Amino acid sequence: MKLSIWTYEGPPHVGAMRVATAMEKLHFVLHAPQGDTYADLLFTMIERGNKRPPVTYTTFQARDLGADTADLFKKACKEAVERFKPEALLVGASCTAELIQDDPGGLADALNLEIPVIPLELPSYQRKENFGTDETFYQIVKALSCAQEKTKKFSVNILGPTALGFRHRDDVRELKTILDDLDIDLNTVAPLGASPSSIKSLTKAHANVMLYPESSELACRWLKENFGMPYTEHTPIGINSTKDFIKELNKIRGVKDSFSDTSRLNFDWWSKSVDSNYFTGKRVFIFGDATHVATASRIAKEEMAFSIVGIGCYNREYARKIRSLAKDLSVDALISDDYLEVERRIADLQPELILGSQMERHIGKRLGIPCAVISAPFHVQDHPARFSPQVGWEGANVIFDTWVHPLVMGLEEHLLGMFREDFEFNDTAGPSHLTNSKSKLNEEKETGADNEIRWAPEATKELKKIPFFVRGKAKRNTEKFAFENGHSAITKDLLYEAKAHYAR
Amino acid sequence: MNEHSKIENMGGCSEIPVLKERGQREVFCGLTGIIWLHRKIQDAFFLVVGSRTCAHLLQSAAGVMIFAEPRFGTAILEEKDLAGMADAHEELDREVANLLERRPDIKQLFLVGSCPSEVIKLDLSNAAERLSKIYFPKVKVLNFSGSGIETTFTQGEDACLASLVPTLKETDEENLILVGSLPDIVEDQLVELIKELGIKEVAVLPGRDRETMPSIGKKSKFILVQPFLTDTTEALEKRGASRINAPFPFGEEGTTLWLRSIKENYGISDDKFEIVTSAPRKRAQLGLKKLRTSLQGKTIFFFPDSQLEIPLARFLSRECGMKLIEVGSPYINRSLVDKDLELIEDMPVISEGQDVDLQLDRCRENNPDITVCGLGLANPLEAEGLTTKWAIELVFTPIHGYEQAQDLAELFVRPLKRKEALLI
Repeated sequence: MKLSIWTYEGPPHVGAMRVATAMEKLHFVLHAPQGDTYADLLFTMIERGNKRPPVTYTTFQARDLGADTADLFKKACKEAVERFKPEALLVGASCTAELIQDDPGGLADALNLEIPVIPLELPSYQRKENFGTDETFYQIVKALSCAQEKTKKFSVNILGPTALGFRHRDDVRELKTILDDLDIDLNTVAPLGASPSSIKSLTKAHANVMLYPESSELACRWLKENFGMPYTEHTPIGINSTKDFIKELNKIRGVKDSFSDTSRLNFDWWSKSVDSNYFTGKRVFIFGDATHVATASRIAKEEMAFSIVGIGCYNREYARKIRSLAKDLSVDALISDDYLEVERRIADLQPELILGSQMERHIGKRLGIPCAVISAPFHVQDHPARFSPQVGWEGANVIFDTWVHPLVMGLEEHLLGMFREDFEFNDTAGPSHLTNSKSKLNEEKETGADNEIRWAPEATKELKKIPFFVRGKAKRNTEKFAFENGHSAITKDLLYEAKAHYAR
Repeated sequence: MNEHSKIENMGGCSEIPVLKERGQREVFCGLTGIIWLHRKIQDAFFLVVGSRTCAHLLQSAAGVMIFAEPRFGTAILEEKDLAGMADAHEELDREVANLLERRPDIKQLFLVGSCPSEVIKLDLSNAAERLSKIYFPKVKVLNFSGSGIETTFTQGEDACLASLVPTLKETDEENLILVGSLPDIVEDQLVELIKELGIKEVAVLPGRDRETMPSIGKKSKFILVQPFLTDTTEALEKRGASRINAPFPFGEEGTTLWLRSIKENYGISDDKFEIVTSAPRKRAQLGLKKLRTSLQGKTIFFFPDSQLEIPLARFLSRECGMKLIEVGSPYINRSLVDKDLELIEDMPVISEGQDVDLQLDRCRENNPDITVCGLGLANPLEAEGLTTKWAIELVFTPIHGYEQAQDLAELFVRPLKRKEALLI
């Protein structure tokens, strides 16, 4: 038993729903009690889905437990097939139904339906949502795909995009443009927009693009083992990762070089332009799903010249990948789905920017640290109407804008410095383009009586001259420095000694 | 007063047939009540003993994470807990110890049962008793079930309040208890009106903390402010308290009839009643008058959600002139809603339970002007061209009493106005 306050991932059957909801002409009968239908609103509210997820819940009640829940399940299957006329049926159990052991697969088989039935094993008490997406997609591919003649021209499938994935819809659109540039045909995208019949023709393609390993690694590996289909391992998020992805694709395709139109890429010049100078060495903490964290780390380091103070992921399946990346970056990896632990780590590290999920955005709000969302779980405001991919050249542009947005702009930083002593200037107002971003770091009590370290008045006065967005950190660093060096009072000189000590 | 006699003469409508359905239900389970209960009872922590699904539900229903560390959480059952029962109890004790150590402000701890804990028959009443022995008097440990196999949405609050009743202090004094959780501002308004009528001892269940929980005895009277409190009613009656039956205080008429039931029970004079209620009544009437034109003659279809449907349907049909097509409720306890049912003219289809696909067919066929439904159905129905009202807003928004009558009507006006205003 483990106490959980907020969770990064839902149960595995929600992962299965993300696959089913992404697809067409597929229906999912979920053996589940009343209340599990809450999951529908994730799709209809967060993604503003305009149709109900294709899921029938058996809705058993306490009084059914003594009687026949199996019959209820069979009835639900029959009615769902009659009403929705799917090409294939997924069947599975949610956490409660797993306990009553009705065997949805066996029961559905006994109905002799005329369509393929794909039973799912979703161990709710061991695994989580991402496992559910990966496993469900794999089972669908395994059940439905069969050997097909290859397309004449080199073609690929894009595998991995699901419902409720972070920018999956837009990533697919951007990737299509890139494939077009490269003169590579797109055979199928799956699960997003695929039907059981299009899953059958996956094997017509020459290779697979494993867009998100979290939801398609098992399927990609199986297609490689059984149909010899190679797959890409680079996720094309960020300039350098996109370049590597194209190289990888070229290698699979057996061509030396290929042309991709980067004329719409602005990120590289934006990052080189003088205003971006102030990004140099900005301390960032990165947390989310492993794929987005790994790609964001590379962007942060190589393409923004940030300084990474810590990384981590909540999906244990990819812990090894994140640990080795952290080692390369000489930072600690935090592998945890305990939201409070992540909050503590961020509070300890005091980064200047958090790149995370909606959970980290809330942490940032409380700690007064700006945050940009780079990963699921996300909320409705991170599912924008406009085209805003993460993948490819346009994705890089979007990422630049998104990450820079919560920060104080370069020139503005200097102007704040110039005017901070003006009596009309409100130094706690925060960046001019953001409302309510008043940093809580600066609201710390002035030297309290309980604090062993005393601030001399001249040092306090000097501290107030430091721009508000770094004042909290300067205060803490100075106190830490004073403590470590055995000073009980902080003078103006000591403030600057500490500054010199922590200079980067 | 004339209105009142007219109403009594009508009668008979509570005998109407109910369409009972079984099938897929598109509703929340009782755990969802924790979202408002933990804000209401400010020294309580709600510890759900359940699965990752329960934790995910609470998080999704709460929408955004507003609180750093809310006063609710889920002790997530893991594989090893399912292996042996003794383990599960030990694990629970450990989690509770950790929690209470970290949160010394907690004075009441509710262990909340879920579908998985019910199915594996994890005895939480036993656990609550055991933990009470350890932590009482500092912390009172109670238990109730919010499981989906037993409760629908607001029934979670019913189960929670019912669990509190046996722990309420005994009193020989007369008092009046308002039962059901309301936003503080509404609760204060209603209590004030009742006190102005001349009733001195007025308490509320649930109290805002352990200290303000009401006392109860044979001379206690109680009146419900929410229609979904079947088990709580039974528990209160068991303690000897007697219920004042009334329509629910929605709208001007509803609030007046609700207050009048109290007035009559206590033998308060007509003059006094008039003095206390006339000003807020007039305000409510004025507020509703403006909105009534937008709702008059419009048709409405309720999917089952909170058990508030029948009283709300009464308000919308009588005070706003809306035409009811179907009023769905997850569960109907006639003895609690008969006063509202009696007042509904042109009886619509009253349905209990749900088979969501069949109900959607009926809804589409009737093409109502407004459909009241859950969040899972709202956008899909909007995409089909229907205008919807999120049912959950009716639970989270202050809608009871005179001063909120206008706000309640406005909730239904807004989606209609929006549809008119949008030129895309």
